Amino acid sequence: MKIAVCIKRVPEMDVKFRIAASGKAVDEMGLKWDMSDFDGYAVEAALQMVEKLGTGEVVVVSLGPDATQEVLRKALSMGATRAVHLKSDQVPFDSAAIATALAAELKDGGYDLIMFGKMAIDSASGATGVMVGETLGLPTVHGCSKLEIATGRGSARRELEGGAEEVTFPLPAVVTIDEGIARPRYPSLKGIMAAKKKPMDTKPAQLGTVRVTVDAMALPPERAAGRIVGEGAAAVPELVRLLQTEAKVV
Amino acid sequence: MPNVLTYAEVRGGDLRKISLESVSTARALADAYGGEVHVVLTGGPGVGSHTGTLGEHGADAVFVTEHEALAQYNPEALSALVADRARNAYAAVLIGASARGKDLAPRVAAKLGAAILSDVTSLRLDGDALVATHPVYTGKVLATLRLTAGDAAAVVSLRPGAFSATPAPRTARVEGVPPSGDPTAVRVQVKETTTADSRKLDLAEAPVIVSGGRGLKAAENFKLVEDLAAAFGNAAVGATRAVTDDGWRPHSDQIGQTGRQVSPELYVAVGISGAIQHIAGMRASRCIVAINKDAEAPIFKVADYGIVGDVFEVVPALTAAIRELRARP
Ligand SMILES: Cc1cc2nc3c(=O)[nH]c(=O)nc-3n(C[C@H](O)[C@H](O)[C@H](O)COP(=O)(O)OP(=O)(O)OC[C@H]3O[C@@H](n4cnc5c(N)ncnc54)[C@H](O)[C@@H]3O)c2cc1C
Ligand SMILES: Nc1ncnc2c1ncn2[C@@H]1O[C@H](COP(=O)(O)O)[C@@H](O)[C@H]1O
Repeated sequence: MKIAVCIKRVPEMDVKFRIAASGKAVDEMGLKWDMSDFDGYAVEAALQMVEKLGTGEVVVVSLGPDATQEVLRKALSMGATRAVHLKSDQVPFDSAAIATALAAELKDGGYDLIMFGKMAIDSASGATGVMVGETLGLPTVHGCSKLEIATGRGSARRELEGGAEEVTFPLPAVVTIDEGIARPRYPSLKGIMAAKKKPMDTKPAQLGTVRVTVDAMALPPERAAGRIVGEGAAAVPELVRLLQTEAKVV
Repeated sequence: MPNVLTYAEVRGGDLRKISLESVSTARALADAYGGEVHVVLTGGPGVGSHTGTLGEHGADAVFVTEHEALAQYNPEALSALVADRARNAYAAVLIGASARGKDLAPRVAAKLGAAILSDVTSLRLDGDALVATHPVYTGKVLATLRLTAGDAAAVVSLRPGAFSATPAPRTARVEGVPPSGDPTAVRVQVKETTTADSRKLDLAEAPVIVSGGRGLKAAENFKLVEDLAAAFGNAAVGATRAVTDDGWRPHSDQIGQTGRQVSPELYVAVGISGAIQHIAGMRASRCIVAINKDAEAPIFKVADYGIVGDVFEVVPALTAAIRELRARP
């Protein structure tokens, strides 16, 4: 079983972002970085599958600047077998351009399963994995909250509005991972030591034509400070009055 | 003449609200191009009955494909059909970013070799480029993105609720279209579909969301939240990750950074602390109400109105008050 997992390096989100002087990006000063949430779930799910089968390898792939190697190294310390760094100093907000580069790398890798996060939490596009699947002409299942692989076939659960569906598909296939599948493990000290010796292959990213560019980035308007209407059930009539006359939502 | 193509989502036989929002948005865009609005309408036999409503909202032509295998969401067959249609010299393809649309749009884009703008909250034409806004970094930053026209139609997915459905009545031309290939010969086979109560409103479509957190203490106490939602009559029920982790509610109800992003008119947070990852999913709501026994809970920082108190006391009182209000003539 040979699994590839595409992971993106993103800033940690529990900060107040500032806009860079260009007006077209966030100011990266002081930001901390990690792999995107859903990508962490995908790495964990891949590791668990290989552990359960008792054989196979997990290859992690990431496109980005040199610092991207840090998140690849983290995935290696969680237990991935080897890493591929597709070097690109700029990471465009263009899912198609990124999907082109990832598809080119994954095409002849002989993978049984190619995994993505459902969406990257910085770009919030949720398009890249599906686009790679379509580009490679592979069966593609978007947003799996459960996933099992047995004898050349996969089965997955997808949550949809108003329900869920259970699907089955032949391998090789592309899947994107939703929450609920597995929480990423913390790298052990042993894992961190072992990761230092694991192979990391770096090559230039073959980005597709970039057709989506950033005109501007801005902070959304702050919410006006709210107020405490009162305490306990006694405050309910006043709340209802405000919802009716001030907010006009009921 | 650059036309705009859009996709009408039908679920359980009903045309979804997002479909009309898409047609209206396509209408505005087509008017800017000086072109027509064309709609792909697919589903089981009888789905063609929705063409009138699509015309009401500005569709000039509707391409109808009726087939049993399209009655359920069928990504492979549907994306082939939409992409084949889109190859007829369209400037843009607009698809609602519902769970299905988020799956469909990138498939169509990849099949066309097109660029994509995902989950946008505004869209306009600027020269021959499309300019859209899209919340990024868990909604903490708003990006204005520009898609430069290429050889293929630009694909754009529209955030539900961000665009309004407005009447622009006309009588749409209707054309029957066969499926692209055999719609039963798909590789990803649906083995089982669990449908929630079809009367239940979608989080994406509901004007009011009542959401519960760990402050409710146990799964059965979610009844308080459901009762309040029922009292509003137009509300959906949401939850925090603490709640979905414990299996009190399905993951599909989760609101936040790794759940759904919603922007209802009214969001009522019941026993929710207001962790940053939860706020990421609901900060765009128009009005936020919080009920929490801890006056220091961070949820009060984003709430327009707060009540400090015990949910087991406050929520039933609020439910009764809303019920009474709605019972008034
Ligand atoms: C990578 C990552 C992604 C995440 N994604 C999400 C996400 O998408 N959505 C999400 O919601 N969370 C998410 N989380 C989890 C998030 O950090 C919080 O843990 C979670 O939102 C807390 O849920 P809660 O408010 O229900 O529970 P708690 O934080 O435990 O809060 C319960 C609240 O109830 C109040 N309370 C208790 N009893 C009563 C009572 N009787 N009456 C009134 N109030 C009472 C308490 O004062 C408290 O404020 C994520 C976390 C991580 C690390
Ligand atoms: N630069 C990148 N490098 C590696 N994988 C990526 C990159 N960008 C996106 N992905 C993958 O595609 C998924 C969806 O990203 P997006 O379409 O940007 O929301 C992510 O969760 C990753 O699995």
